Amino acid sequence: MTTPDSQTFNKDQSTQEQYFTPNLSGRYKWDTVFASFTWLAVGLSVVILAVLLISVVWDGFPRLASDFWGFLTNFPSRKPEQAGLLSALVGTVWVMITVAIFAFPIGVGAGVYLEEFATDNWFTKLIEVNINNLAGVPSIIYGLLGLQLFVRFLEPMTGGRSILSGALTLALLILPIIIVGTREALRAVPDSIRQAGFALGATRWQVIWDQVFPIAIPGILTGTILALSRAIGETAPLITIGALTFISFLPENLQSQFTVLPIQIYNWVSRPQAGFHTNAAAGIIILMVVLLAMNGLAIFLRNKFQKRG
Amino acid sequence: MTQVSSSTELVTEAVLRAQGVKVYYGTNLAVRDVTLDIPFNKVVAFIGPSGCGKSTILRCFNRMNDLVASARVEGKITFHGRDLYASNIDPVETRRRIGMVFQKPNPFPKSIFENIAFGARINGYKGDMNELVEDSLRRAALWDEVKDQLQESGLALSGGQQQRLCIARAIAIAPEVILMDEPCSALDPISTLKVEELIQELKQQYTIVIVTHNMQQASRVSDLTAFYNAEATEGGNKVGYLVEYDRTEVIFQNPTQQATQEYVSGRFG
Repeated sequence: MTTPDSQTFNKDQSTQEQYFTPNLSGRYKWDTVFASFTWLAVGLSVVILAVLLISVVWDGFPRLASDFWGFLTNFPSRKPEQAGLLSALVGTVWVMITVAIFAFPIGVGAGVYLEEFATDNWFTKLIEVNINNLAGVPSIIYGLLGLQLFVRFLEPMTGGRSILSGALTLALLILPIIIVGTREALRAVPDSIRQAGFALGATRWQVIWDQVFPIAIPGILTGTILALSRAIGETAPLITIGALTFISFLPENLQSQFTVLPIQIYNWVSRPQAGFHTNAAAGIIILMVVLLAMNGLAIFLRNKFQKRG
Repeated sequence: MTQVSSSTELVTEAVLRAQGVKVYYGTNLAVRDVTLDIPFNKVVAFIGPSGCGKSTILRCFNRMNDLVASARVEGKITFHGRDLYASNIDPVETRRRIGMVFQKPNPFPKSIFENIAFGARINGYKGDMNELVEDSLRRAALWDEVKDQLQESGLALSGGQQQRLCIARAIAIAPEVILMDEPCSALDPISTLKVEELIQELKQQYTIVIVTHNMQQASRVSDLTAFYNAEATEGGNKVGYLVEYDRTEVIFQNPTQQATQEYVSGRFG
């Protein structure tokens, strides 16, 4: 039997048909309107991003092209053409590694506890609401907290305005993001997998370690690295705790004083000489390359773990 | 109306015995006063309309309800005469002895081999893992279909194969009882038939309790059938209860309760 066209249906159901006004052309018009609007939104953001990138590269590229190696390996200087960001680059690497060492295990641990172990009562709900709120607290507040707690109160351990103080402050800043990301990754694991594990006589930890983690780990890693990407660009809390803006030595240990890329860039931008503005643009390019490399690592790890599944 | 008949044939050796079991979720009573025996190496089917508590009772037998924070079990359930809910009974150990197969096939997103090896490994299996995997797959009538792809993902199998993989996984840890919660409801008729044949095979060695919405299935695979029904309470909740429990042919051909008669003849539910 061939499919009858809609007109033949109409005759059979003529009594009901009067109540319907399909108005197809009008509905399709709204489709077009919304498709255009969303396309415009995408187009606009891409254009803005492109303009940003192009202008930065335009400003900064000459500095990188003339003396790329020198720019990476020189300490800051009063002369813009001799100034480099070695201390800031090394400081950023030190700080980021320390942040990751503190924030990853604590954040993932807290996320696992809240999602897999904690019973659902008013206390855990309170913690949950607070963590979600903490993720939205302005970073300068964390800077003030870090200043009081790590720089002043814990000075004997942290060494004051040190890499350790800065890293701990940034770790606090991104902990809520890692916790929320971990919980979301764990929540995306179907409960049927847990049930299957329990039904085979697995303990809770065996279910989490052997069955839940392998599925959740790509999401957990992605969340963590995105959180670290946020930390790498933070300036305000580090200035608050007193990171230096001009440093002509490399950190020797976690208690050393330090600077990081965004602070160095901020410093150069605020100088009057045009040469330093070029340096700032070049520094932004380096920072973006580091950031992109980190995001690339996130994608790489995600794909790697997903293939194993 | 709720009286439970028991013919003499039920009183063989009971592996599992429920006595006056009530299950609450929070303050809501979900199932009330279930008393029945699950005899050794028989297939027992639980039938009844949705919300009558048959899955809830099933999950009491391997303490899966422990995982639901609000669930509370009253009454007594014994496994070989020992109280399953006594403080010295470990739920993890219990679940190794009383396995479970779920409504939707839920293989781990790992290789077929790993799906079966996992349960054995966590329970400290000392024997040859390759042998165990092959043996379990053979018993689940899946070996011939998957023997060349043991390292491939369990998710690559068809729905029916996945469910048989889940059965293989359950029997790999040598349980005495296998609980099946509507194991065929997500399968096509041919896969369903294969699983049913498998159940007939498995009952030589295992005691099986199967929840099913399919009455033909209950009559095909089970030796005994328990019919549950639900009634509305004043608060608007539904409370399930056991209506009648007897040999399957009695339930389907000559039930003593009118509700059973109406349900098995398809007049409601």
